[in-house]
Order: sequence, then structure tokens, then C-alpha cells
Amino acid sequence: MALASTLLFAAVAYLAVTSSPGWPRVQATFFSPSVALESLPDIARGLLVNLQVLVVGGLLVLLVGLGTAALRTLRGPAFAPLRLLATAYVDLFRGMPLIIVLYLVGFGFPALGLQGVPTSPFVLGTAAIVLVYSAYVAEVFRAGIESVHPSQRAAARSLGLTHRQTMRIVVLPQALRTVTPALLNDFVALQKDVGLISVLGAVDAVRSAQIQVGQSFNFTPYVVAGLLFVLLAVPSARLADAVTARARRRQQSGSLL
Amino acid sequence: MTVLELRGIVKAFGDDVVLRGVDLAVDEHRVVALIGGSGSGKSTLLRCASLLETVDDGQVLLDGEDVTDPRVDADQVRRRMGVVFQAYNLFPHLSVLDNVTLAPTVVHGRSRAEAVEEARALLDRIGLADKAAEYPDRLSGGQQQRVAIVRALAVRPRVLLLDEVTSALDPELVGEVLSLVREVAAQGMTIVMATHEMGFARQVADTVAFLDGGVLLESGPPAQVLGEPQHPRTRQFLARVIDAGRL
Repeated sequence: MALASTLLFAAVAYLAVTSSPGWPRVQATFFSPSVALESLPDIARGLLVNLQVLVVGGLLVLLVGLGTAALRTLRGPAFAPLRLLATAYVDLFRGMPLIIVLYLVGFGFPALGLQGVPTSPFVLGTAAIVLVYSAYVAEVFRAGIESVHPSQRAAARSLGLTHRQTMRIVVLPQALRTVTPALLNDFVALQKDVGLISVLGAVDAVRSAQIQVGQSFNFTPYVVAGLLFVLLAVPSARLADAVTARARRRQQSGSLL
Repeated sequence: MTVLELRGIVKAFGDDVVLRGVDLAVDEHRVVALIGGSGSGKSTLLRCASLLETVDDGQVLLDGEDVTDPRVDADQVRRRMGVVFQAYNLFPHLSVLDNVTLAPTVVHGRSRAEAVEEARALLDRIGLADKAAEYPDRLSGGQQQRVAIVRALAVRPRVLLLDEVTSALDPELVGEVLSLVREVAAQGMTIVMATHEMGFARQVADTVAFLDGGVLLESGPPAQVLGEPQHPRTRQFLARVIDAGRL
């Protein structure tokens, strides 16, 4: 039944689109098989750049996000400046559109003309993405840390563990289990946002597509690049689903593990 | 010899003054039972004694050393005490064995092999050796609480603080936990326990202390405090406990 209704809907949508008066032109400029085939190698090479940003950026985001969350959850008046700093950072970069951060970092830093400041769009683009995503991920981690019941901390401290040992051995492992589904979701979002480094001129999949669109006046390369990103995202999305479902099952069975 | 001494402990949470100057001295190898209604300050007193809460006023002395002095490293003090909580508080992501060996290895720097050997011996003593590899959620409440007691004992504490360790248990599981406490007491462990089990307090405790509204109203041998309470509030409390069939 589900399959039948899906097929019916697809057929109706397909007919509606293909019978529209502009369809032949759209088909030629967006879905040209020959242009697609021609553009694929360059775009795929560009996608490797995106993958590099994804891997390097993703790891850095985990580190910076975790560090920021740790700072935000420090207790005691002595740590107020650090907490404040971390909070300001999160507020700033969660609120600012990624594209603006990309422009500011990507064009602002090189303009300073400072020695040792990298000018590569790859490095600066990754830095901008890390700045923004770490702010999100810090909040995910913080929620996870705070979801661990205070009695767990009390038990650890009563055994003589220091604050740091308590975090590392007792709180974080439990927090990580809680937030893994949310982290995977953010990873899926990151997978497509790495395409935005193209605005800085890094020759990634999007930029490669753009170049070819400029040469051929045919938009098919964009479709190709878009589909490649989707292909990249599907496995992670399914993984996120599976992990979320597993976490829910655990919760429903009344188990903490 | 006094192991743990509380002097004039005052503790407030905001406007709520929970402890209003409590004095208590616990000699080595002795068992002190703290009794009193809910909200009387028993748990808070134990949390102050174990330095899980900072006191607003007064001192906690462990083996004669003022451990509430700000120059004292509280982490160093806590490792010399064992605490068992009402809700067990085992670490759910660690196996039973790892729960027990965590503090001996990480805090006390003992070798893994030594800690494992000692943990297995302790688990064997409470009949849970076969559960060493299990995770806490596979254990019954009574089993979890006994593991929690063993976890606290594994650091070889100077004093064991028990915070209503049977209050969260199903009635049929209370016995196994109490008999372990009895055994630990018989082996000479110094114990302070907040409890609602008056019968148990009468049998095991050397001293029963009655807390009411953050004040220690009377303390003495169980026969005296439970048998011939001097203070009207104590009599009132015990009458309610008897009504509830707990004595």
C-alpha cells in the first residue's frame, strides 16, 4: 500500500513536471546526460577537497566543541571568566550565518597581511566551519554532560576522584552515549556545509561545478555536484537513524546503558 | 580514638537552614546511627562530613585533622572516606568489577592486578563474584547496593558513611544489605549511618543520634535513645515510627 501510493504520487509529480511548457528547456539545461558525464571527473576531484575539509574539520569540531562545553560546565566563581568567554563564543557563532563567518575569516584574515597567517582558502574555509560548528557541538556536548545525573558526580567525587577524573571517566562516557545521535545529525549537516568553502575560491565540488557551468552555460554540473553530496550524506543519515533507534530502545527497556 | 568529629556544623541552602550547629564524635570501630524524620538533615550532615557539601560554619575533623580548612585538598580527604548512597549510584557504563577497581587504581595508584584481586575477593565475600563482568543494570537493587558498599570498602576507608542505604530497596531486598552492613561493622569498620531501620540501629549501633530540624536533640546508647527517649520530639518521632510498624 505504501509502495503503491508512493509510486502513484511520483507518477503524478513526474507527469506534472514533464508536461509543463518549459520542461524541454529545463531538461536540456539541468539534466543533460552528456554534460553530466563530462563534468563528473572534475566535480568528483573537487569532492575530495570537501572530504578533506569534512574529516579535518569534523575532528577539530569535536575537540573544540568538547573543550568549549567543558569550560561552560566548570563550576565555581574562579572560573567565571572562562565560562563567560565560552558562553560569548557560543552565542556569537551560533547566531552568525556560516556564510558571513566564511567571508569574514576567508577575506578578513588574509587582508591583515600578517606573517604566518595562512591564506589558503582550504585552511581558512575549514577554520570558519570549525568556528561555527564547534559552537553548535559545544551545546550538544553541554546538554549531554548536564544529562548525567549529579549523583554520578557525587559518587565519583566521594571515591576521591578529582573533577577532571570525574569528567573523563564517569561523566563524559555517559554523556557521549546520550549525544551520539545528535552529533551524527550535525555531522550530516556538516557534510553539505563543507561545500560552502567554494565561496572563498577553494576548488571543491561546488566550485568545479560552477566553473563548468560558466563554460558551458548548462546547469547540469550543479545537479551532479548536488547528487554527489546527497550520496555522501545518505550513509551517515542512515547511521544516525540506526543509532537513534538503538538509543531509544535502550531507554524504553529502562536501561541506562 | 576519635576518627570523625563534627563541630558546630551549619549548612543552609539559600534561606533554608538545614543544619544548625551539629556536634558529633565517632570513635574508631564504632557505629553511629543517625535517625530523624525526612528533612531533619541526616543526609546533609553526611554530605558535609564527606566533603560533598561545603559547610557554612563549623569543622569536620578526620583523625584529628581539620579537613574543612580551605588549605586542605578535599580530594585527598575524600579518598580516605567511603560513602554509600540511597540510590546506589553505581557507574552504569562500567562493569561491576570496574566499578570496584576504579578508585583503587585511579585514585590510589594500585596496580590493576592487585585491585582486581582485591575486588574479586570482596565480591566473592558478598556472593557476587559471578557478576563481576556484568553491568549494574543487570543486578537487583540489593545486589547493586552491596556492590556499592564493596566499592566504598575497596578504598580501605577510615570511616564508612551510609546514607539510608536501604530506603530505595524493595522490602525483601533490605535484609541482604543490612546483613552486609552488620558484617562490615563486626569487622571493626567505623560507620556513620543515616537510617530508618530502627530495629537494625538498635542491634548494630553503639550510639543512636536523633536529629530534628537540623539540631542533634539527643544521642546515646540505642537502649537509652530508642528505649527511654528524653526529649519530647524524640518520643513523638519514635511513636510515629512505631505506628508505621518499623520498630
